Amino acid sequence: MKRTVPLIITFLGGVVLIIAYFIPYTQAWGEKAAVFFDVLAAIAFVLGGGNLLKNHLKKVSDRVAGWGYSVICLVAFLVTLTVGLGKIGVNPNTQFSNYAWSGVYDQVGSPFWWLYEYGFKPLTATMFAILAFYVASAAFRAFRAKNFEAILLLGTAFIILLGRTYAGVVLTGFIPDDSAFSGLKLENFTVYIMQVFNTAGNRAIMIGIALGVASTSLKVLLGVDRSYLGSGGD
Amino acid sequence: MYEFLKNLDRRWVFLLMLLSVAVPILLNARFPEKPTGLARAVFNEIEKLNEGDPVLLAFDFDPASEGELGPMATAFVRHCAEKKLKMYFMSLWPVGPRMVEDALDRVVRPDFPDLKYGEDWVQLGYKSGYEAVIKVIVTDLKQLYTTDRFGASIDSIPLMADIQSVQDFSLVINISAGYAGTKEWVQYASTPYPDIILVAGCTGVQAPLLYPYIPEQLPGLLGAIKGAAEYEMLVLDKYGARDENGELDEPGKYFEGIRRMGPQLIAHVLMILLIITGNIIFFIERNREGSS
Amino acid sequence: MKHSRVSPLRLLFLLALVSSLASATHGQEADDGVVSSPPRPPSNLRAVDYPMDKGEKIDLTWDLSLDDPENVSTYLVYRSRTDKEIEKKIADDRKKFIDAVKTAATEGLFGEGWKDRMADLTQEQLTHVREVRSRAAERAETTFSSDPTSEDNVYKFLGTAMPGENEFVIDKLDGKKSYTFMVKAVGTDLSQSAGVVTEVGLTPVLQWFDGEWNTSGGRFWLSIIILVFCGAVVFWILRARSGKPIRVRKIAGLEAVDEAVGRATEMGRPILFVPGIQDMNDIQTIAAMTILSHISKTAAEYDAKIEVPTARSLVMTTARETVQASYLTAGKPDAYNQDLIYYVTDEQFGFVAYLSGMMVREKPAACFYMGAFYAESLILAETGNHVGAIQIAGTAMPAQLPFFVAACDYTLIGEEFFAASAYLSGSPEELGSLKGQDVGKIIVVFLMFIGITLFTLAALTSANPGLSSIFRNMGDFLKNVILT
Repeated sequence: MKRTVPLIITFLGGVVLIIAYFIPYTQAWGEKAAVFFDVLAAIAFVLGGGNLLKNHLKKVSDRVAGWGYSVICLVAFLVTLTVGLGKIGVNPNTQFSNYAWSGVYDQVGSPFWWLYEYGFKPLTATMFAILAFYVASAAFRAFRAKNFEAILLLGTAFIILLGRTYAGVVLTGFIPDDSAFSGLKLENFTVYIMQVFNTAGNRAIMIGIALGVASTSLKVLLGVDRSYLGSGGD
Repeated sequence: MYEFLKNLDRRWVFLLMLLSVAVPILLNARFPEKPTGLARAVFNEIEKLNEGDPVLLAFDFDPASEGELGPMATAFVRHCAEKKLKMYFMSLWPVGPRMVEDALDRVVRPDFPDLKYGEDWVQLGYKSGYEAVIKVIVTDLKQLYTTDRFGASIDSIPLMADIQSVQDFSLVINISAGYAGTKEWVQYASTPYPDIILVAGCTGVQAPLLYPYIPEQLPGLLGAIKGAAEYEMLVLDKYGARDENGELDEPGKYFEGIRRMGPQLIAHVLMILLIITGNIIFFIERNREGSS
Repeated sequence: MKHSRVSPLRLLFLLALVSSLASATHGQEADDGVVSSPPRPPSNLRAVDYPMDKGEKIDLTWDLSLDDPENVSTYLVYRSRTDKEIEKKIADDRKKFIDAVKTAATEGLFGEGWKDRMADLTQEQLTHVREVRSRAAERAETTFSSDPTSEDNVYKFLGTAMPGENEFVIDKLDGKKSYTFMVKAVGTDLSQSAGVVTEVGLTPVLQWFDGEWNTSGGRFWLSIIILVFCGAVVFWILRARSGKPIRVRKIAGLEAVDEAVGRATEMGRPILFVPGIQDMNDIQTIAAMTILSHISKTAAEYDAKIEVPTARSLVMTTARETVQASYLTAGKPDAYNQDLIYYVTDEQFGFVAYLSGMMVREKPAACFYMGAFYAESLILAETGNHVGAIQIAGTAMPAQLPFFVAACDYTLIGEEFFAASAYLSGSPEELGSLKGQDVGKIIVVFLMFIGITLFTLAALTSANPGLSSIFRNMGDFLKNVILT
């Protein structure tokens, strides 16, 4: 029973979405199914929030390694939740001035805006910026001319790295724009590599992925692959 | 030296990367840009429009990718404002509206104070549902957007009177950092409705995945800072520098993409040097192993 | 003879023609002073619903004008406007009229190019301008009139048909509205015939199946391709059930799973499994759950600790169910600890920050990254590499594959990732589905070959335009109709 009901729901959901694609009359059914998912995911937020609290409170109480971070996480979570949901410090919308909560939650100058502007924004930008360091480290460590294919890859990498900056323009600036060899100018050659070789490779991978997605979906819909509901075919 | 490089602590690499990015920023190194065909295509699609044409600007990115996409957002908004196009902003990312506000703060509010909210531009705000939102608004925008971002009824906004769906816009400009973004706009807007003309700006990682859609479903594409810098050059060539003194100011909000290409150049050169160094170590190591 | 597309050149010509027609009136005097004779109108205009569409199209046919082709240069096709559209048109016309009157009044005062001189005006002159414009607007408001039943307001121009053509497909109609249609013939001197109108209104009908097979946008061909592909998958699953052996090539990344779990057990360190950052509606997350099921079963057998942080609450719930069932299957239900599968945050970089910190602190011996990843892929893989973990990644995000390939020990690329569940379970049914997938690949290769051949032949036979266009049209049909 614990397996059968989810399998039936999966099958029905999948069939409805497929039918909705081909039969215009049922188009709205597909949208309804998507809305059902959104509702479920929204309810799951509560579950997630509760789990977050439980997990970090446990870490603090057990004094596990790094429990101080858990304290910071809990404080940040609760403060953001309170000022965001409560619209603290938000002025009412001018059109509905009688309603205290009619303003937008991230109004400029409000505590939530402040948290966003001076907390969230620089922190996420920092995490993204860390990529530059990791890319350099990975390139230094992993990019080796071990065989012919790797040498081709390295050559292409150099062309793209140079062609995507002014260095490419300078290095091959001696080739006239209107000559038969203008395609070899690094900035043009980069675009050619990206649009032809890279696109061809990507398309091959994407075709494989699309077939894999279709096949996996079919297995899940037909109940052939039930491992996501627990291991084995029982 | 060989032993030092072989067992190089990655923090040395990090330090080099920090310097290669920080020094050009501090020295304000700026290199000229030569616009490529894709940037020209984006520029021309906007240039083709007439004064008063409605343009949908979908900002699907967040603060994390602001460094890569912020400059092109500024350039897009400025170009539309210079062309006196009607701008409609929306987002499929929760923090997208804040990115819109940032662009408005940089461009519209200080430099185009005559443009009025509701008459020349409108903030439709964020809608959850990723591509499902696109699927609905391509045929009926007001089904999902019943109010603007600030809670005002959509029917009370003069700019919305002529807009029923995305098909009513003369152009859709999407700036995207991932899912949901340009790929979804191509799949659910410009492909099933060829009348919808879409141009986009995206992060460097995404760009190769969008090339297959050029030019039919996506006439123009700006890839990362490089694309933004090229587009900035085109906008600057046509409309000139627009600062308080009418001169290039430093650092200059309309030169941000060009400015950020400086660190990118040095960082790319560093990457090449690192790869070469790594390979020299690799070959020495292999030779030693071979001889032993 | 059906047509809904015209070539750009022809379109330019038609646009020029239509714009000149806008000013032409019925029976006007031609340049040479002779009153022109408009062609006789087309007749017997018929509108029928377009078959097998999603209720947006109507087919229009008519009998040609008796003057076709001698005195017909084109046919103009119109449809009736809805009441709301008429209201909007009148409002637009009113606005245009008022603007034109205001502009004319201002130009009368200051001449052309007055806008550029605005900045030089004194405050007093500006006030005067405003008054003049306001008075002009008031005057225009009172003089403007428009009859909502006039032909210009009721009928909307849709497109043109060339002489000899008597069909037109009307698209983008509202399935809830009723429409009438009108066709006029235009003479060689641009004079127009009277319009022939359909007598009864027609509403486009929504068919049960969106199965247009000969135009772009229909779903007939896609349904055929899906049926063939799904049929192949089902066929091979059934064949596998009957006991025929199926061989699958070795996938190094999956062969290494046992090694990775064993290593974690030996070192007494945890295994980290990250199921991507997307929700359960993403097929990659589902594929990740199927792999988690196998890995957690192996971990349970080895008595290794497996930790699953998630970026979505629903994924957490599903992962708990999956891992619990795996422990049960492995015969160690008591060893299952649900606290090791937990939600972190939906925020992409918040999730990465947590994982990086956790990896540095706990130093997992094996890291599995399976699912949909974005920019965080390299941060995770580099951190894992730094802590010395054996790393296996699998994703169908093409943009992230290079990062995983560079920084991980093994990477499941695209379809390998989806094949992992079948490979790990070894179940004949699942392996059969992989064989069915190969049939899909054969179809793709076959279509690519046909397309390339047709366009190559079109290019090679360019000396023979008739033959070349046959190949090109076939290629275009494959590309624009079957595959879109």
